[in-house]
Amino acid sequence: MDFEFIARHAGQFVQAAGLTLNLAFWGILLSLLIGLMCSLLIYFRVRVFSRVAKIYIELSRNTPLLIQLFFLFYGLPKIGVMISAQACAVIGLSFLGGSYMAESFRSGFEAVGKTQLEAGMSIGLTRRQLTRYIILPQAFSVSIPSLTANAIFLLKETSIFSAIALADLMFVAKDLIGMYYKTFEALSMLVASYLIILLPLSILLRWVERRVRYAEFGHTSAV
Amino acid sequence: MAENKTILRISGLTKKYGDVTALEGIDLDIREGEVTVILGPSGCGKSTLLRCMNGLEKIAQGQIEFDGRVITAEGTKWPEIRQKIGMVFQSYELFPHMTILENILLGPLKVQKRERAEAQQQAETLLDRVGLLHRKDSYPRELSGGQKQRVAIVRALCMRPQLMLFDEVTAALDPEMVREVLDVMLELAKQGMTMAIVTHEMEFARAVADRIIFIDEGKITEISTPEEFFTHPKTERAQRFLNIFHFETDDFRKEV
Repeated sequence: MDFEFIARHAGQFVQAAGLTLNLAFWGILLSLLIGLMCSLLIYFRVRVFSRVAKIYIELSRNTPLLIQLFFLFYGLPKIGVMISAQACAVIGLSFLGGSYMAESFRSGFEAVGKTQLEAGMSIGLTRRQLTRYIILPQAFSVSIPSLTANAIFLLKETSIFSAIALADLMFVAKDLIGMYYKTFEALSMLVASYLIILLPLSILLRWVERRVRYAEFGHTSAV
Repeated sequence: MAENKTILRISGLTKKYGDVTALEGIDLDIREGEVTVILGPSGCGKSTLLRCMNGLEKIAQGQIEFDGRVITAEGTKWPEIRQKIGMVFQSYELFPHMTILENILLGPLKVQKRERAEAQQQAETLLDRVGLLHRKDSYPRELSGGQKQRVAIVRALCMRPQLMLFDEVTAALDPEMVREVLDVMLELAKQGMTMAIVTHEMEFARAVADRIIFIDEGKITEISTPEEFFTHPKTERAQRFLNIFHFETDDFRKEV
């Protein structure tokens, strides 16, 4: 193991990690928004739009991210639609993630009992208030574990971005291998980079998950 | 009971689930300050009737007037009506993610847009009256069934309803907790609250009711005072219904 090589190129990985995190952040955020919107449309059976949401979910879940990215980055320019690689990455990731998040939210919505809705209606809540005060908080605490699992999954999927010439972690590693033939060192750094990002994040999310569920359903404090 | 103003008038109500007729030709007036207890064998449609009164069930024919307004017409703003009709469910249905106080204040603050200080004061007074003020910051899961149901009653009361609906509110409770809930309801009745109650507690029905409605196979077959109903039921079906309960008592006496 060439430690001097690792030390010399660590900066590149840090920079690439920044890009990866940046793209993942926007991708995950948009996924959550798309997912929430779609699941609401489907839950409330909003005419036409719920249909569109369902079609989108099928489309998204049944095509690989790599193909979606190729389509956006190499396909669309042929019909005159030019999108930057970064935008393609964020669009691609949220297109994929949106459907996963939608399914997670949906399972949460379905977990809210019909009688809870009736209780809410009985005190005069409108549909909007019912959604805000009863459905969303209850659904959210049920969905949280699978939402966080999706977030981690999406973060890992970013390793595909190098395919559309983005200088992310994977790209830097491939680059170094191509230039210096330090395959083992470069890949070790790649693995280490993802672990350094994902491990603390997983632990953090698990903590958040516990906190949210703890608060939502009002366990007595442990004392 | 003197002839008070009619608060809820049901005329010619028919309710269907697909091809099955759950209720047929129901005519019923509920007057202010009156306690109406609805009895009948299970599956007779008594809960359904109660649920029609606040629009949880859509009716097929007939109409319901509440406070002089037809509420079964197209375009009825149910949230507005339901503020004035409290409902308590068999399974309590407190909101698990909110504290007791938050449960009670949700309606007054968000629906009725009342001042927090004023609403909270009322909530605390009511909680105190059912002996649960010390649990106001607890979550529902920390409470027993009887406590939850008393909170559910307070939640409905805090909306200052003109009518309260009780749908088998003690059916899910352990026997020793039934009493604490029924006592709250008796107290309410004494204070002159207008109530429609579906129950299987016969002794309670007799004690609390101004009027007994007996429903069988989706039809009202008898409207009587509790005295009349429990001593001389008019129909053979009501007689048989009551015998089931009497039999248990007689049987018990023989053994002791």
